[in-house]
Amino acid sequence: MPIEVLMPALSPTMETGKLAKWLKAEGDKVKSGDVLAEIETDKATMEVEAVDEGILGKILIKDGTEDVAVNTPIALLLEDGEDASAAPAPKKPEKADDTEKPEDKEKSEDTAAEQRAEENAPPVEPEKGPAPDTAPSAVAAPPKPSIEPDPEVPEGTEMVRQTVREALRDAMAEEMRRDGDIFLMGEEVAEYQGAYKVSQGLLDEFGAKRVIDTPITEHGFAGIAIGAALAGLRPIVEFMTWNFGMQAMDQIINSAAKTLYMSGGQMGCPIVFRGPNGAAARVAAQHSQDYAAWYSQVPGLKVVAPYTAADFKGLLKAAIRDPNPVIFLENEILYGQHFEVPKLDDFVLPIGKARIARSGTDVTIVSFSIGMTYALKAAEELAGQGINAEVIDLRTIRPMDVDTIIESVKKTNRCVTVEEGWPQSGVGSEIASQLMEKAFDHLDAPVLRVTGKDVPMPYAANLEKLALPSVAEVIDAVKAVTYR
Amino acid sequence: MAASAAKAKSAKPVSAAAGISNTFSEFTKDEDFTALREMLKIRRFEEKAGQLYGMGLIGGFCHLYIGQEAVVVGVQMAQNDGDQVVTSYRDHGHMLATGMDANGVMAELTGRSGGYSRGKGGSMHMFSREKAFFGGHGIVGAQVPIGTGLAFANKYRGDGQVALTYFGDGAANQGQVYESFNMAKLWKLPVVYIIENNRYGMGTAAHRVSATTDFSQRGRSFDIPGEQVDGMDVRAVRAAALRAIEHARSGEGPYIIEMQTYRYRGHSMSDPAKYRAKEEVQKMRDERDPIEQVRKRLLDNGWSTEEELNQIDKDIRATVNASAEFATNDPEPDVSELWTDVYL
Repeated sequence: MPIEVLMPALSPTMETGKLAKWLKAEGDKVKSGDVLAEIETDKATMEVEAVDEGILGKILIKDGTEDVAVNTPIALLLEDGEDASAAPAPKKPEKADDTEKPEDKEKSEDTAAEQRAEENAPPVEPEKGPAPDTAPSAVAAPPKPSIEPDPEVPEGTEMVRQTVREALRDAMAEEMRRDGDIFLMGEEVAEYQGAYKVSQGLLDEFGAKRVIDTPITEHGFAGIAIGAALAGLRPIVEFMTWNFGMQAMDQIINSAAKTLYMSGGQMGCPIVFRGPNGAAARVAAQHSQDYAAWYSQVPGLKVVAPYTAADFKGLLKAAIRDPNPVIFLENEILYGQHFEVPKLDDFVLPIGKARIARSGTDVTIVSFSIGMTYALKAAEELAGQGINAEVIDLRTIRPMDVDTIIESVKKTNRCVTVEEGWPQSGVGSEIASQLMEKAFDHLDAPVLRVTGKDVPMPYAANLEKLALPSVAEVIDAVKAVTYR
Repeated sequence: MAASAAKAKSAKPVSAAAGISNTFSEFTKDEDFTALREMLKIRRFEEKAGQLYGMGLIGGFCHLYIGQEAVVVGVQMAQNDGDQVVTSYRDHGHMLATGMDANGVMAELTGRSGGYSRGKGGSMHMFSREKAFFGGHGIVGAQVPIGTGLAFANKYRGDGQVALTYFGDGAANQGQVYESFNMAKLWKLPVVYIIENNRYGMGTAAHRVSATTDFSQRGRSFDIPGEQVDGMDVRAVRAAALRAIEHARSGEGPYIIEMQTYRYRGHSMSDPAKYRAKEEVQKMRDERDPIEQVRKRLLDNGWSTEEELNQIDKDIRATVNASAEFATNDPEPDVSELWTDVYL
């Protein structure tokens, strides 16, 4: 059977081309790899190579023919002893609507630009082959994760007063005792005992094999930890602060978050990235950034940002056990704060469940991490003024427990969000959108966001204070939505 | 296809900065046949992939390995089962060499449900836990820390495995590569860095963007030994890989082998390759082709005949054609696949 040589598509966007020149003549012997012809596309002159061996039997499209559609037979290749006349009549040049042809392709202006974008930004894939039977809208709803509520703390359980720092250390130590595949790596985590003393004592207990000081190369060691996680270990990566973790963002997003999907479910990446997030005090713009909203946009990541020591402990243990990459956001100012932590052998909390920190009826205040300090203080003061606020501590930013927020808003009909991060596309913006889409009829006032100001963090003490949210701003927002 | 180190009779460690390494032992008849079959399988597969791309069955980006076959096949002949492989987006050859099924690879290229990633990864993102192939990475250089991390896991577990981490001359200028070199040497990780120097990072010749072009010496600041290897000669590749893998497996830490190779096709399918002369490509094809070298040896040694070699080629074409057939007729992933594999 003669083999049809087809007009090839030589770029993701090519529809037609000019058959500029045949470099082989009828009767020539060709082997795979030989250049048969030159084709001019809208961007460049490209060569058509033979894939099969044989004799160029018949040229179907002559030199200089313009606008030859992709997949049109341009020549027949014969096996030894075959006759071109034995060939079936070639199909007519195919039209753009032929099913074998790429559809809906857009013309690209510029080969160079397209190629520059190549590794980083693959284009939207033009649809190939038969169209799916079902329209995409039929599967528009992602499955909802089912998340168990917090475990019951048995009555009479002893409560221990602990700092957030101690709770984090205990969480890591308990998990590392349980599973030898868990290790901690980061800058100053071992011999220095942690830049913020979170890993105090871990080197002594677990040794240098499992508590590992790294060079100051976040991109590199995050990637190494991801490789170890793909191989089945369970790394905890401490970033001295999340500001430095930004160096590792490509590895976190492109390698840790996406590999499970890109591998069709083969390559899980059980890893925790943790460290202090957001503003500390007087450390200025480069060391004072909240990454909650950034990472919460990425499918494949879980993002946890607790407030109390008990939540830090229970959620860090959950993060370490989770088979997915978890972004665990701590806060330097919270490290030294004391909270009650239940004394239990194995206190693990569910990722993805918000906590009602204070019950109320007049307004719902939603916050997380250090934002909770403003929210709770404001609620306290508002109570004195006769406004009974419900305060929700999100604890997990992704997956977000929207149901708990909606249930609360059904009761209060008003919502104020509080976060230290920037306003645009922030966590509060997401909550406002969710409420608009799912609880619009329950809202008696617009959702208001109290956020960090839309500026890099200033150094001067007075300006820094202004750049952060304040209790007064939360109170003002609550009064605005309750029309007081 | 793993070979024991004992086979490399004349292999000698080559000191750093020794220049191109030509220390290798001749292949046995069986080894030459193995090399021919494996390289030819990659060549024919890639030619077919190029054709399917031309027919619009493969979309997006498609980077062909034609010309570089001796590198991955030679290294594969030196490694053990269980040793991990990780590479860039020019990855089809590596997958076939690790023993991944041609149907599954081709069906991933066409975005079908029978692909290794069930159609969700494409040409640049394919994996096989079974074959210890860890991708397929689309970000230049990102696979280098990951490969180093695979080696970290090997050392942590003490399982004696080596992580074979491939990257190109372009990636060799990436910062994360040097961060990885530092930690690999510091922690004596069992990793072999295989730099596939095919002379061009996309359309830019290496010397135009690299202050030094002896990539084997890029580990010098970290005291990582390295050597340049004729990457068109599968015997030289295997010999160097045996040295490097032995070094890494013995606990001495990382080793760099710079494979001097050449890709015949453009960077990707949409690259007209105007940055180099046609004569340069033709000269390589005519004088240095890795497959032709083996063919010639098999004939010159009287180990095979034209007829037998043609039959081998025919058989491989049949396998590759079958994979194309499979990849064309296999259904697209079920629409429910959109939502799966985001979380475990």
